[in-house]
Amino acid sequence: MSTKSKSIETKTDFNQDERLKKVSKLKLLLNRPELGALGGAILVFIFFGIVAGDTGMFSAYGVLNFLDVSANLGIIAIAAAMLMIGGEFDLSIGSMIGFAGICIAIPAIYWGWPLWMSIIFAFSMAVLVGYFNGILVVRTGLPSFIVTLAMLFILRGATLAITRLITGRTQVPGLRVLIEDDPLAWIFATDTFKWVFSWLGSMNLIALRTDGTPLATGIPPSVIWFIALAIITTWILMKTRYGNWIFASGGDKNGANNVGVPVGRVKISLFIGTAVAATIFATIQVLDAGSADTMRGTLKELEAIAAAVVGGCLLTGGYGSAIGAAFGALIFGTVSMGIFYTDVDTDWFKVFLGAMMLIAVIFNNYIRRKVTESK
Amino acid sequence: MSDYLVQFNNISKFFGKVIALKDVTMKLKKGEIMCLLGDNGAGKSTLIKTLAGVHRPDEGEIIVEGKKTIFDSPKDALDMGIATVYQDLALVSLMSVTRNFFMGREPMKGPPFFKTFDIEKANKIAAERMGQIGIDVRDPSQAVGTMSGGERQCLAISRAIYFGAKVLVLDEPTSALGVHQASVVLKYIVKAASQGLAVILITHNVHHAYPVGNSFTVLNRGKSLGTYEKKDISREKLLSMMAGGEELNKLEVELQEMNRSSTN
Repeated sequence: MSTKSKSIETKTDFNQDERLKKVSKLKLLLNRPELGALGGAILVFIFFGIVAGDTGMFSAYGVLNFLDVSANLGIIAIAAAMLMIGGEFDLSIGSMIGFAGICIAIPAIYWGWPLWMSIIFAFSMAVLVGYFNGILVVRTGLPSFIVTLAMLFILRGATLAITRLITGRTQVPGLRVLIEDDPLAWIFATDTFKWVFSWLGSMNLIALRTDGTPLATGIPPSVIWFIALAIITTWILMKTRYGNWIFASGGDKNGANNVGVPVGRVKISLFIGTAVAATIFATIQVLDAGSADTMRGTLKELEAIAAAVVGGCLLTGGYGSAIGAAFGALIFGTVSMGIFYTDVDTDWFKVFLGAMMLIAVIFNNYIRRKVTESK
Repeated sequence: MSDYLVQFNNISKFFGKVIALKDVTMKLKKGEIMCLLGDNGAGKSTLIKTLAGVHRPDEGEIIVEGKKTIFDSPKDALDMGIATVYQDLALVSLMSVTRNFFMGREPMKGPPFFKTFDIEKANKIAAERMGQIGIDVRDPSQAVGTMSGGERQCLAISRAIYFGAKVLVLDEPTSALGVHQASVVLKYIVKAASQGLAVILITHNVHHAYPVGNSFTVLNRGKSLGTYEKKDISREKLLSMMAGGEELNKLEVELQEMNRSSTN
């Protein structure tokens, strides 16, 4: 504290009409960026509850199914949202997924590395790719859209070329046998809360297979990662200094720089975040499928950005929420699985995805105008 | 010993062959408001950036509290207590009042390695500080974008003071404001000076500068036309000293002539 402020206490007369009316709690809630996505998710559940309530979509197995799909998308959508709040895009997320998968599979299968070492190798590569993306954007001042679009092609091309060079194919199978007894792989490959499901099965509360074991065996690892990431990133945004810097860097990078926010470092760390999230996605999928595919993750970057936008992120940066992106992913995951339980042809899913995004952008734009409009 | 808080003696700055500033001298005591007047292109921006530590002067010396110093970076200037509030204010309109107030300098709480941004404390301080200047922030989590231009200017100044400014350099704080808002901001500047701060008010608006200033320095084409105490100079004289003054007189004469010829 620097100056005594006693004598400043005389009130300066800002006009009454310049003052805001008292804001109610409800209105405050309406200003939250994730509100649209939350409302959308509730609508989606009501819709499928009515249309597909008795089809098994909401059985334990059905729920885990659409949660798994949502969670996978959510992991990258949350990272994409953080980066968008920081004012940048990453279009190389999808290619990074393919690249990371190969980074795990080739050392493990062809070079005889233990699986845990291959996984660490993949994450190290992700940090490098993210750092490279970030430093390019920060140093050159070029739009991240262009820089990461270039990286989209470079990574996908390199993945394909390297894989074919080493293996002669575009797929690398045979990973499943390596998971057992690996000290690291279980983090990405274990269903949790199995006892809950066995208990529910023994009580005949959930569907069983013919051998008496429950159809749904446990919470898939993707869901745990998804929930953990959503909580951690929301905490970062709301409660830490780094979170404030993310908003500031995306909102006005010159202003932020002028008051001492290390904008460059913040942005680079967010690019590393998206690449690492892509690698988490890849590791879970590769271990689940037991194989890596060079085309894995294609177009995922756009779905991640779509979910972030539905979750309330502005394309101009400085505004948005991680939990919103999580709800956005939940909407997409639920609809993409739920549509199988309805009479609607699944071809319509992409139409829904596009329409949802349009509505979200229009809604967000309106909110932004309301938040920033001068009184 | 001089009782000046800050002195800028014979500051010159060259860009290649261009003389942006030549022998500009300014001395400020505590509680003093010096107005730096000049038309567009007079060298105001270069001078601001030199004061703020963005440019290093090619000639001259800077003395802060009796000690000769060199600013290598804006941070140096800030550490010496010289805070510059630029026209863009360094405020993010989508962020809340509190988050803007503490942007880059967030108060922290909690054990080491698990420190979190102490929002409650920040909210309290921000609301308190804004309250002191008569801006009733009912909800410090409201976005800065909802505030008026004058309120934003006051927020930026108040932030600089809170973080230990001794000398405030204000770049055109009233240029984008209406008459009422401008007077509110000027009133706040006077109050800040009465607390013991030295204020350098950069403006091209004599009507805003004259009522609040203790002394006036007029800048023209990179050179100082001298510094005058308020009692030594009239508003009209100041106006005509700025390049625009003479030209406006000439324009007036020309217009009158045009009028005469058209009525004939």
